[in-house]
Amino acid sequence: MNSATTQNPLIVEARGLAKAFGSRQALKGIDFGIRPGECFGFLGPNGAGKTTTIQIILGLVEKSAGQLLVFGQMVPEHLKAIKTRVGVVPQHDNLDTDLTVFENLLTYASYYQLPRHEAEIRAAELLTFFALDSRRRDYIRQLSGGQRRRLLLARAMMHRPQLLILDEPTVGLDPQARHLIWQRLKSLKEQGVTMMLTSHYMDEVARLSDRILVMDQGQVVAQGEPKQMVSDLVGLDVFEVVCTDEECLLLEVVAAECDARTERTPDGLYVYTSKDCAELDRAIRPCAQWLRRPANLEDLFIQLTGRTLHES
Amino acid sequence: MCPMIGRSALNVLRVVQRNARVWWKYKVPSLVGNLGQPLLFLVAFGFGLGQQIDTIAGLSYLQFIAPGLAASAVMYSAAFEATYGSYTRLSTQSTFEGILMTPITVEELALGEILWGALKGLLSGLIMILVMPLFGLWPSPWVICLPFLLFVAGILFAALGLIMTALATNYDFFNYFVSLIITPLFLFSGIFFAIDNLPASTRTVLRLVPLAPVVDLARMFCYGSMRPGWWLPAGIIVLLAAASSWLAAILLRRRLIK
Repeated sequence: MNSATTQNPLIVEARGLAKAFGSRQALKGIDFGIRPGECFGFLGPNGAGKTTTIQIILGLVEKSAGQLLVFGQMVPEHLKAIKTRVGVVPQHDNLDTDLTVFENLLTYASYYQLPRHEAEIRAAELLTFFALDSRRRDYIRQLSGGQRRRLLLARAMMHRPQLLILDEPTVGLDPQARHLIWQRLKSLKEQGVTMMLTSHYMDEVARLSDRILVMDQGQVVAQGEPKQMVSDLVGLDVFEVVCTDEECLLLEVVAAECDARTERTPDGLYVYTSKDCAELDRAIRPCAQWLRRPANLEDLFIQLTGRTLHES
Repeated sequence: MCPMIGRSALNVLRVVQRNARVWWKYKVPSLVGNLGQPLLFLVAFGFGLGQQIDTIAGLSYLQFIAPGLAASAVMYSAAFEATYGSYTRLSTQSTFEGILMTPITVEELALGEILWGALKGLLSGLIMILVMPLFGLWPSPWVICLPFLLFVAGILFAALGLIMTALATNYDFFNYFVSLIITPLFLFSGIFFAIDNLPASTRTVLRLVPLAPVVDLARMFCYGSMRPGWWLPAGIIVLLAAASSWLAAILLRRRLIK
């Protein structure tokens, strides 16, 4: 990957960042840089180290080794100054259940020392922006999952942060709720907010991220622009074929001749093509069931992190 | 340096304000909870038992127990707020987690929680003092100094509570604190009987536990019966309060930052 040299300093820069919890190495020395104005996606299975990375940026976890700069300032030495410019949507909802929607925003703004009248104006603006106007006086338990997420976003934006950290921002939401959040995130990005996103929804990452980083077991497996990475590492198209043993064996031979990679599954075969190939099309047609689709991030993800569950 | 301290003080204040905003919604049940016990003890023991007891150190039994009960109200309010209240914010409600994502540090959060517990304690103690005339008890001008004492005692017990919170793994953990520390302190700190009459060894132990000197000083401030050297136990309470707050902040950091 050729790293473009930009005039702008990086918003977040990690070098050899590592963290051990006792004997468990959660982060094994990772390097990455987030540029101003981009959305940078962190992908990886559970336990890959995504949340740990975020918690180090916030000072909730202390790094064991390496260097971390946010806005060009060292973590943890300058955490206080850094955190006035960072907004966070955490994975687990930690809205203040003792307070109403509006009070949640005002109280949170007070932690950033926003003057009261300014906070009221800002809260009203954000409630409109996130379609929560009608819930202003409601308590948190009265909100739906999607409304809570939107309120978490509004809360994170109260102090106009330059870096917005989103840890699984749409986990557990229905499609309508997710689309509404994506729309809002896109418009925040257009306003120039730099974003750091973690998710295991590939469509979400593909939609929002300019660049991604794939992590597995505390290490960076690959990083770059998602489309480029898919075509470089996975290929052009993917055939998902249900085939008998003989059919599969034959397909593997044909695929090899067409420069396509194959992967056996319990009931068939995946074929990843790098170009159109008439022989391959012909060989697949007799199979009981098959599907052709463009290669996507999910293929990349599985290729890089494996198809089996690895839970720590 | 100065602007940084000012900023930190403001952050501490924001934590207090957050708790005050929630308390305001539940102020009536909260006050009933904090004042029910000490007021009932004042009536039951002061009026009831007091009929059958001669004066102690020149005071009627009602006069004798009232300042100590005010001190115990401070202890209960502050300690309960910093255990059950703070622990709820730490665990089930994730309030602390939300606060620590902002520029507020663990130390500022800890001091905010302690200060809030102390203010709740002070409020309970002040109400106990203010109702004394209803029982026919009239304090001396020295009573002006009493709020300072009650506030420092509030800091001390809130800090002890927050230490427990930082160590707790569930609510049942606080049974140790309540049954082994708070309740014995309530019973044996000279609120209900003069500990001067006890054997010297027992007295020494009781002098070391943090409520007994508070009760003793509260009684002095209430009736203006200052004994020479009163400032020594007062100073020790201030030191204990500061040391406990410091320890609470360290333990809370250890609990929350991995």
